Amino acid sequence: MKLDAKIPAGPLEQKWTRYKNSCKLVSPANKRKYSIIVVGTGLAGASAAASLAELGYNVKAFCYQDSPRRAHSIAAQGGINAAKNYQNDGDSVFRLFYETIKGGDFRSREANVYRLAEVSANIIDQCVAQGVPFAREYSGYLANRSFGGALVSRTFYARGQTGQQLLLGAYSAMMRQVGLGQVKLYPRTEMLDLVVVDGKARGIVVRDLVSGEISVHAADAVILATGGYANVFYLSTNAKGCNATAIWRAYKRGAGFANPCFMQIHPTCIPQSGDYQSKLVLMSESLRNDGRVWVPKKKGDTRRPADIPEDERDYYLERMYPSYGNLAPRDIASRAAKRMCDEGYGVGPGGRGVYLDFADAIKRLGKHVIEERYGNLFEMYERITGENAYETPMRIYPAPHYTMGGLWVDYELMSTIPGLFVAGEANFSDHGANRLGASALMQGLADGYFILPYTVGNYLANTKLEKVDTSHQAFRDAQAEVQARVAKLLAVNGRRTVDEFHRALGKIMWDLVGMSRTEAGLKEALVKIRALREEFWQDVRVPGEAADLNQELEKAGRVADFFELAELIALDAVERRESCGGHFREEFQTPDGEAQRDDANFAHVAVWEYQGDEKPPVRHTEPLVFEAVELAQRSYK
Amino acid sequence: MRLTLHIWRQKGPNDQGRFVKYELVDVNEHMSFLEMLDVLNQKLIARGEEPVAFDHDCREGICGACSMVINGMAHGPERATTTCQLHMRHFKDGDVIYIEPWRAKAFPIVKDLVVDRSAFDRIIAAGGFISVRTGSAPEANSIPVPKEVAELAMDAAECIGCGACVAACPNGAAMLFVAAKVSHLNLLPQGQPERYRRVKAMVEAMEKEQFGACSNHRECEAACPKGISISFIARMNRDYRKALWKTKEFEGGKAEGISKFRG
Repeated sequence: MKLDAKIPAGPLEQKWTRYKNSCKLVSPANKRKYSIIVVGTGLAGASAAASLAELGYNVKAFCYQDSPRRAHSIAAQGGINAAKNYQNDGDSVFRLFYETIKGGDFRSREANVYRLAEVSANIIDQCVAQGVPFAREYSGYLANRSFGGALVSRTFYARGQTGQQLLLGAYSAMMRQVGLGQVKLYPRTEMLDLVVVDGKARGIVVRDLVSGEISVHAADAVILATGGYANVFYLSTNAKGCNATAIWRAYKRGAGFANPCFMQIHPTCIPQSGDYQSKLVLMSESLRNDGRVWVPKKKGDTRRPADIPEDERDYYLERMYPSYGNLAPRDIASRAAKRMCDEGYGVGPGGRGVYLDFADAIKRLGKHVIEERYGNLFEMYERITGENAYETPMRIYPAPHYTMGGLWVDYELMSTIPGLFVAGEANFSDHGANRLGASALMQGLADGYFILPYTVGNYLANTKLEKVDTSHQAFRDAQAEVQARVAKLLAVNGRRTVDEFHRALGKIMWDLVGMSRTEAGLKEALVKIRALREEFWQDVRVPGEAADLNQELEKAGRVADFFELAELIALDAVERRESCGGHFREEFQTPDGEAQRDDANFAHVAVWEYQGDEKPPVRHTEPLVFEAVELAQRSYK
Repeated sequence: MRLTLHIWRQKGPNDQGRFVKYELVDVNEHMSFLEMLDVLNQKLIARGEEPVAFDHDCREGICGACSMVINGMAHGPERATTTCQLHMRHFKDGDVIYIEPWRAKAFPIVKDLVVDRSAFDRIIAAGGFISVRTGSAPEANSIPVPKEVAELAMDAAECIGCGACVAACPNGAAMLFVAAKVSHLNLLPQGQPERYRRVKAMVEAMEKEQFGACSNHRECEAACPKGISISFIARMNRDYRKALWKTKEFEGGKAEGISKFRG
């Protein structure tokens, strides 16, 4: 596997400009001769589909939801970062770049991250022009707030529904192209395989989720914007349908999978309440702007929070990280919460929770200000827990949220399969070992609006593409394989449901491949995952038929792929013998319990190449070269 | 707690459909309504029956996928709450609950509780956007928007496109959905150039689908999980009347480019 990141030459701040000046363009008259498949209609997919269609390409957009507007980007709450420096507080493109690199614990590619920071300001311009109703000052100008891991206030937001508003902006731009006939939309359609012809991505196999029909689509390039894989844990903040099947199928067709073990456990989620629980709900990190995190100083203290006096509370984030306080980055805040609970200071049922307290902020700013900032989050908290967070502190606990790992891509966002581009959370590119808050929205839209329109064009203009249609043998073979797989899932007819298996897999992952990992634990996980996967194929019960709307069948296919991916995650975590960002190996920590990187041996991207089901995958590396920043022990103290 | 459920089961669009009764004995008050249905489905699968199909995804009240009429009310008895955010603590032991899909001509039933809401997407495709190409946007702060206007636009923009308004309306009208999008964009300075073209195109697209007309029942507002106000309907009607007038004005004039309200 050849890993050429294709980073343009020249100083960091000129790389993207140089690329844009030198990349090849497709002439306006020729664009309509090309067709592009976009899978996924979240921020990255919808913005890419809209922008490419505006340029004149023929776009087909696919999503498993009944409407593209429901993609899970919609659930992002807090905001989107951009280096506008509207606050005059010292922000700049370089600072956003630096904080993102540092936040990712120096495990991302400088050139990509710099470009992300560079285009961040254009994203805000584009979204405002689309009518995204961002929060404003009385002057009519845009308002900002702060997020974890940043010393400036650069986050733009629309109440607690920023993801929704940004997605509706991208969705409306795409729907305009649907109305103009430039995008053809395939909702309730799930990609189940990638078709590679002569080494290039040329199409996909899909299942119509209503009729069950399995069909194939050909194109000149394929873009996967299918999100992350945190649902491998079963319980996560992801939507129930979020899955890894598209990227996993691409991996099995030859795309390298980068840093699968880099996963983010978000510190502020509503704790689990029982075994029937189907998902975990996030409370936006923006709450840490005004909320103070604490636990009782006494172990196992069961008094009501109001009865615990000030001097018997431990505001542990403020104590341990005085310069960032409650706005310490996510990986650090999550580990600190887990440590508090593991040591017996946790609150609520099972001691699996810490307080997030707004009493001081309400005293300082007044309830109406807190209500204006976070009203919908407080309402959601009350709906789920039945508790009023204006009166009593919220209880929060970490939950799987985001995956920094994903398909390996070069500077052009192209995977190791020519013609297969990967955008948004589905790729591995920009967040290293830990993503900062409000940066996922930024990356999704940067990829879709401002990067892919150049790089896809460059690929098409530089590549001689043979005429290929769906009658090609590769399409027929891939289609037959998918059909066989569906039939196999239905034929097992065992005793246990898909959810039972998924829950069991999630428990292994949370216990052994979660926030804190050890070599022995990871090896145990590998054995357990394999055993459970075998049981799955012998004992799963998938009711219903193939040619019908069959939600259990949909889930079964996704869980089958999660089993294989889970193994790769554990394997990657074993091999990365250091701690960095969200990947915490107990063997590698500083005396005060922080992640201890090993830059001499692990300042690289680990890229896994599939070798067939019988052979273990091969681990390749892409060295990370740091020219603009100096590698430093990450400190938020 | 113990519940008796009567759930609408329908194999496909052409099947007759009927209520089927299920008894559930071990419901916990902390469960969400959908988790209660998950428990039922697990039992049905174990018994060799087909589970109940229903749309759901984010389960945190924002994607707009979940869509059930619960005891005659779209999204159930709690105000401003989607089905996925409705928790069983609002029901009591021994309750009898009727669960149906959205019922509206424009939302044909696909299977069980799943309906086809693609009419909403077609209305947005007709005009629910501001036509700004990627790359052509001016600097964001060059368009100041009064805070009050931005807040009001946001009130409308919160719509999650679930379709409860249509399901709750005795006429099966989509006025609240369309009005929310029209108002969101028509309130903002960025939306002014296409203001009248937009409202006309969207209302016409709405009328092409099988939605009914508004007769001020206000059921939509009561059912809306985001509490979107029907005052936006008045706003849309006002813009629509003006748009018809403007159409004439433009058509009588010489300005060729704007004589027809086309995208």
